[in-house]
Amino acid sequence: MVRYAVRRLLLAFPTLLAVLTIIFVIVRVAPGDPATAALGDYASEEAVRALRQRMGLDRPLWLQYLSFLTGLLRGDLGKSLITGQPVVDQIRHVLPYTVELTLAAIVIGLVIGIPLGIVTAIRRNTLVDYVGRVVSLAGLSVPAFYLGILLIYLFAVRLRLFPALGAAEFSRPGAHLHALVLPAVSLGLIEAAYVTRMARSVVLSVLHEDYVRTARAKGLPERIVLFGHALRSAMIPLVSLIGLFAISLIGGSVLTEEVFARPGLGKLMIGAMKQKDYTMLQSIMVVYAFIIVLINLVTDLLYGVVDPRVRYE
Amino acid sequence: MAVVRELPVAGVRERRWRRMQAFARNRTALVGLVMVALLFIIAVGAPVLSPHSPIAQSTIHRLEPPSREYPFGRDDFGRDILSRVIYGTRIALLVGVLSVAIGGVAGTVMGVVAAFRGGRIENWLMRLTDVLLAFPDLITGLLILAVMGPGLWKMIIAIALTITPRFSRIAHGPALSVKRRDFVEAARAIGVGDLRILLRHILPNIVGELLVLASLWTASAIRLEASLSFIGLGVRPPTPTWGQMIRDGTVHLTNAPWFSLFPGLALLLTILAFNLVGDGLRDALDPKTQA
Repeated sequence: MVRYAVRRLLLAFPTLLAVLTIIFVIVRVAPGDPATAALGDYASEEAVRALRQRMGLDRPLWLQYLSFLTGLLRGDLGKSLITGQPVVDQIRHVLPYTVELTLAAIVIGLVIGIPLGIVTAIRRNTLVDYVGRVVSLAGLSVPAFYLGILLIYLFAVRLRLFPALGAAEFSRPGAHLHALVLPAVSLGLIEAAYVTRMARSVVLSVLHEDYVRTARAKGLPERIVLFGHALRSAMIPLVSLIGLFAISLIGGSVLTEEVFARPGLGKLMIGAMKQKDYTMLQSIMVVYAFIIVLINLVTDLLYGVVDPRVRYE
Repeated sequence: MAVVRELPVAGVRERRWRRMQAFARNRTALVGLVMVALLFIIAVGAPVLSPHSPIAQSTIHRLEPPSREYPFGRDDFGRDILSRVIYGTRIALLVGVLSVAIGGVAGTVMGVVAAFRGGRIENWLMRLTDVLLAFPDLITGLLILAVMGPGLWKMIIAIALTITPRFSRIAHGPALSVKRRDFVEAARAIGVGDLRILLRHILPNIVGELLVLASLWTASAIRLEASLSFIGLGVRPPTPTWGQMIRDGTVHLTNAPWFSLFPGLALLLTILAFNLVGDGLRDALDPKTQA
């Protein structure tokens, strides 16, 4: 297991480097000059030149790339083009909000999705199954921001149960959790739709396995066949899917944060985009890259724990 | 000589049952297909179908609730929301279909060429694919669009680029396995050229899977377009897009909820339609799910 973990860890580095390079290429080499973009079309030539120099854009590309990477190693993501504040500070401030939202959504997604997936698989082609499938397809079809708006309209505007916008500080836990409910449910319900479908198809495929037939043939009660034999092995692929869900939630969280005007990485990124703050934008992408590579790594390690076969590939 | 009298063929009743089940499954695809067809009719016939002009403003009537004359109400400029929703179908379908066409072809070519060429090209192309796949579609789309700036074609290209690696990943596997099959070997042995082998032998074998993917990704492309417009990176006003309308309406959620809710409903139904088609197609094409 240790050897597997080390090998997997070493494998994460080239991936991370590749992702970082792509981010660098897209932001720097793409048509349009970041300095001009940041200052607008009517900026004077001197101002653009000064900003280019401050951003290091006048240096050769490979040097920029190198200082980008060495900066990352030192944990230095540069200064915001707009506020002049270190980007790291702003990211550190909002990151807990995004992490909390994402974790809450994963929990909601799993708690709703897994039982629903199992039930629809076991009761295949019955009314329960059809209803479950239609609901989960609808969940897959509703854009994250629209579901957010629907929830705001229903529970904040009409019923006045929850605040519509914003988030409270962590120092006020009651108000904080209260403000978290709607965004988390909005993101979690969409996740639940994915989880239901995945869980259903995984359980269905397991139910066709020989050992399930054997268990039935030797006269085990259906309850033991299901929980002892079928579902236990169905959990293995589900573990690796949780990582996938977590990554897909990162995309959804951007929209959810925008709808609920919640502080977070996604909100920060959209702000950076609108203000053409390329240092900030690039840094947030780097943070996303780290998170995604980390999630993939953890998923693979967990997979190695639950399924010994993986370790020897 | 012994004659096999009983072939292990499914009984008539079982076969009829299976056919009924297959029909039930295809019914979802059929519903989706009808919805998609309706959407295209609405998009093409927008000038005839919309009761009012989608851009004519009337400030005295701003935010009027739904009425018989204006079933979806009026927006913050007094424009008819129903007409704007109808015209919005155009941008949604245009972006959805074109970005999937461009990204789908590019990705398929990438995956098939990688499988066919093998060696270093395959290695690099597929590694690039994997790295691009690591990012959620919205983040990739956002980054590309942020760098390129807003605009209809830029939007289409940004979404197409997001879609490309998904197709190359799916096209690569089957292309690889078909490439090793005997009939491809045979074709090559009698001197058939690469391009012909690709078109005649490899593509037909993966076309089903690609169609399913195309349909599901059209749904996603429409969702992406609306999401990007909602964020404010979309096509410039006054061209009506659903995402933009939903965004403009959020401010008025308390006093004019119809402003956001109706365009969103249109968006939801459109995405659902393409998802239904994709799902139904997959079930119909996959023999395993018919067991």
